[in-house]
Amino acid sequence: MEGSFGILSAMIFTPLVFAGLVALRPTREAKYVALAGTLLAAALGLVAATQFNWTNGDTHQLASSAPWIPALGVSLSFAADSVSFSLILLTLLLGPICVACSFTAISGRERTYYAWLLVLQAAMTGVFAARDLVVFYICFEFTLIPMFILISLYGSTNRKKAAIKFFLYTFTGSIIALAGLVYVAWTHASASGAWTFDVDTLERAARATLSRSEQAWVLLALMLGFAVKVPLFPFHTWLPLAHTEAPTAGSVVLAGVLLKLGTYGIYRFVLPMCPLAVVDYAPLIATVSIIGILYGGLICWVQRDVKKLVAYSSVAHLGFCILGMFALNSAGLRGSILYMINHGLSTGALFLLIGMMYERYHTRDMRELGGLAAKMPVWATFMVFFTMASVGLPGLNGFVSEFMCLMGVFQASPNWASGACTITGDATPGATFGGVLGPIYAAVAGVGMIVAAMYLLYMVGRVVWGPLVEPHHHHHDADTPSLPPDLTPREIAILIPLAASCLWLGVYPKPALDALRAPVEQTLRIIHKANGTLPAPVLDVPAEFRDAPPAGREEGTR
Amino acid sequence: MIERLAFLWPEIALFITTCVVMVVGLSRSTGVRRLSALITAVGLAAALVLAVATTPKAGQFAPADGQTLFPDLPVFAKTLFAAVGLLLLPLLVGTVDRDDEREIAAGRRAFDPLRSNRAEFYAFYLFSLTGLMLCASASDLVWLFLALELTSLPTYVMVAISSRRHRAQEAAVKYFFLGALGAACFLMGFAFIYGGTGTTRLNVIADVFAASGINPIALAGLVLAVVGLAFKIAAVPMHFYTPDVYQGASPSVAGMLAFVPKAAGFVSLILVLGTVGWTHGPGGESGHSLPESLRVILWVMAALTMTVGNVLALLQSSVRRVLAYSSVAHSGYMLVALVAGPGDGSAASNGLAAVLFYLLAYGVMNLGAFAVLASLVRRNPKDGSADEIDSFDDLRGLCATRPFHGWTLVVCALSLLGFPPLLGFFAKVPLFTSGIAAGEYTLVVILGLNSAIAAFYYLRLVQMPLLEKPDPTTPVPEPVGVPSRTAAGLLSAAGAVVLIAVAGSLFDQAHRASRDPRTVAPARDAAGEPPAAPPIAARPE
Repeated sequence: MEGSFGILSAMIFTPLVFAGLVALRPTREAKYVALAGTLLAAALGLVAATQFNWTNGDTHQLASSAPWIPALGVSLSFAADSVSFSLILLTLLLGPICVACSFTAISGRERTYYAWLLVLQAAMTGVFAARDLVVFYICFEFTLIPMFILISLYGSTNRKKAAIKFFLYTFTGSIIALAGLVYVAWTHASASGAWTFDVDTLERAARATLSRSEQAWVLLALMLGFAVKVPLFPFHTWLPLAHTEAPTAGSVVLAGVLLKLGTYGIYRFVLPMCPLAVVDYAPLIATVSIIGILYGGLICWVQRDVKKLVAYSSVAHLGFCILGMFALNSAGLRGSILYMINHGLSTGALFLLIGMMYERYHTRDMRELGGLAAKMPVWATFMVFFTMASVGLPGLNGFVSEFMCLMGVFQASPNWASGACTITGDATPGATFGGVLGPIYAAVAGVGMIVAAMYLLYMVGRVVWGPLVEPHHHHHDADTPSLPPDLTPREIAILIPLAASCLWLGVYPKPALDALRAPVEQTLRIIHKANGTLPAPVLDVPAEFRDAPPAGREEGTR
Repeated sequence: MIERLAFLWPEIALFITTCVVMVVGLSRSTGVRRLSALITAVGLAAALVLAVATTPKAGQFAPADGQTLFPDLPVFAKTLFAAVGLLLLPLLVGTVDRDDEREIAAGRRAFDPLRSNRAEFYAFYLFSLTGLMLCASASDLVWLFLALELTSLPTYVMVAISSRRHRAQEAAVKYFFLGALGAACFLMGFAFIYGGTGTTRLNVIADVFAASGINPIALAGLVLAVVGLAFKIAAVPMHFYTPDVYQGASPSVAGMLAFVPKAAGFVSLILVLGTVGWTHGPGGESGHSLPESLRVILWVMAALTMTVGNVLALLQSSVRRVLAYSSVAHSGYMLVALVAGPGDGSAASNGLAAVLFYLLAYGVMNLGAFAVLASLVRRNPKDGSADEIDSFDDLRGLCATRPFHGWTLVVCALSLLGFPPLLGFFAKVPLFTSGIAAGEYTLVVILGLNSAIAAFYYLRLVQMPLLEKPDPTTPVPEPVGVPSRTAAGLLSAAGAVVLIAVAGSLFDQAHRASRDPRTVAPARDAAGEPPAAPPIAARPE
């Protein structure tokens, strides 16, 4: 943790500074200033990525810290392990994309728009980088305001209702989560006599001092806050509305990063703080996730609005993500984290494509659109590509993570652990912990993959292929004189990095999976230690999985 | 007796200023009359300096002086009251006599001391603040009662003269009668406490309670005192006057009403409940529990106050009534920390510090919301008459048309909501920490849910000015012609942002101020400062 280099702080504060610049400079410069800010932040991210020690991904690196409110033990501290750093990189990648995709879509009040977009990016980076609970919570909450403004000022017809619903749902959830986090802080304070909100300390304190039932309460409180954000099944109703009404960049940020705040929160806080309760509640949460997968998928199938369809598909996809996480084994957890990134890339790109189509046709209704491949071949190519990535076509990113999630769930059963698949041989069958899910969960969730293929392919088939259908009142040249029928170089430039990432993570995910191994195993060690179990020997696709775990690592090693 | 004056230099300064303002405000010369606000400000600033410089702290006086319950409370409270009083002053400027002065300046009529209210207005404001400060230094029930009355009585008059409209008179009468009822309640309570313990000295009462327990008469007295003081803080069931009074009074005076009586009520509650000390009762060994009956009353009061305040605020269409009900709700939040008590000695578990810090934050951020309402009028295009703005529609697009006012409102509403990273959030976190530390989980969850309910109406206060387009058919609200009110609003919004940088040290001060020396375990102090409670403050056994 030595060396307060502060490059993470720089990544957080650069967009803020540029947000100030946007507000001060004339309106016509706003978009360029915003682009410069996000590009600079992305460049900082690249520099940091070279400094980042990916092999020790469980160590929190690039740390910087400054005391803030000593009486409450709050300090402004930032650091990232490879999980948070991957998500930061995703945020930084989507930053310039969101700015660039709004160049033609946003007209009027541009300064407000770009300034808040930059503030949003700063807050999101802050969430992933925060190593202090209060700082985390502040950033987590502060994402609401920019998003609220982006939706209610720049959204479509029903935007005000959507914005308020979005705000109230997430605000309510996170207040309860705050109570849970404060409870954890208090148990630490009453045990040690000093208040602190340092994440490391509190995680250790929580699992050391909380009883099983206390952990259950903390888990429920935190899950309430994070599940709304994810969103898990009963709390998902704000999402389709917010997605549909938000401007394109808003949807991209929402799908790409904001939803990940919830899953990241679960990974970062719920798993290490309540390792006993996590095992108890895994079946319940998994069931809810599966309901989300199937229910979300079925709703997608009957959607006529393309954007709403992709929005509901997020509900289903993030169900997979949570399901994999609660498999509580290496495959599931790594798959889940990779899922966060992959979903951000492919669904973000789908929202971009729908936005581009909407700019040209001013409708998203599948009944009014069809066979656009004839008119917009480049657009259609990307559309098919990202849909396939989203469906989980082998060779693209979605497949790897979805497969790992399902495989993790499949293996996460006591039977599997005590079965004949022992590799290392030294595990005593009775003491191994295979997980509490199992093949039946995986099988039911697997149906969700088929449903996903059905609705996404149906949408592509309808919109991209077939005879050309354009809206009746569509007078292309009159409506948008500045936009050619097919994609402009700017739009292609936006999509290329996303496509490249999808392809890279699909064809050669090993570096990413390697980078995620150390933190995931760290988390698993925590869970196993608390439950007094040994990690189950598991078969895993990538061969590197069979490597001996790094010896001599203690829980909580920095 | 004379050494007691050492406690009172800030109050003496305010009293002298009051006398000066009373005379100056009646001067025949317009220029001299105009000075009264300035003189008031100078008096308040002097009181602020004197409060910091001369108020005795723990260790500077003997237990015989009577200030042993919370020896550091007066210095913090008086400084806080003087500072917020200074912030409130620019809001109050121009409340009375504006039309009269205009007529006099135009030569339409001569100055008539009988019609002028300026002298009384500022004098009563200073009287009220004097009473407020006296509450904080009270060591005796009689003193506390007189101080509370000195705080309240001037406010009744201020409500009545704050506006020429009949509604103001109605509000004043309502406020007065219900206030008298509240005063009767806590006077009766104080009498019962005296009957039960044989003394009016707070520290002696505490000793009697500690030595021989709380007898039924004294308990009845405590309950009555709490219910009576509930009027001051506008807690259920004594909250009914709030919306009518806030709406009837001019918005500037309403802004003052939201802070001054509330602060007096909470300081008095801390002192009165301090006598039973959070050290008895079933949770006594852990050092933070009131007698069960009182705890239940306060618990129910807190839960109801939060919920009633927030739910009724949802239903209002008048912004001032929303703010009035939200003021009720904020009292409920603070009651949560009051139930929690001073905790185990660490700052974050100290509910009393949370109350004091919340008072500070509430005083700063609430002022901005009222300042916006007080500094704008909507002119009727037909007859040119000006109406105070009061509906949500009046706020439409304010950030575009009146950016200073609009942004003030946005920042203050978000801060009142407790939205991070504004001041209101940092004020709310200690409420959570102290409540949880005291084991009041249910109450904390109710607090959380209420914060979420509050989001509904505070969000409207953000949305209307920031996101709605101004209505082209109605005229843009005009400044009322008192620039200092806009300045007060801007100061308040700036405070809600800037004070977060020093929130740590401010909270630390509040923590130090509210440590009950009897319950402190100095080693458990998170702030890390050396144990500050010398043995002189310890209760003789």
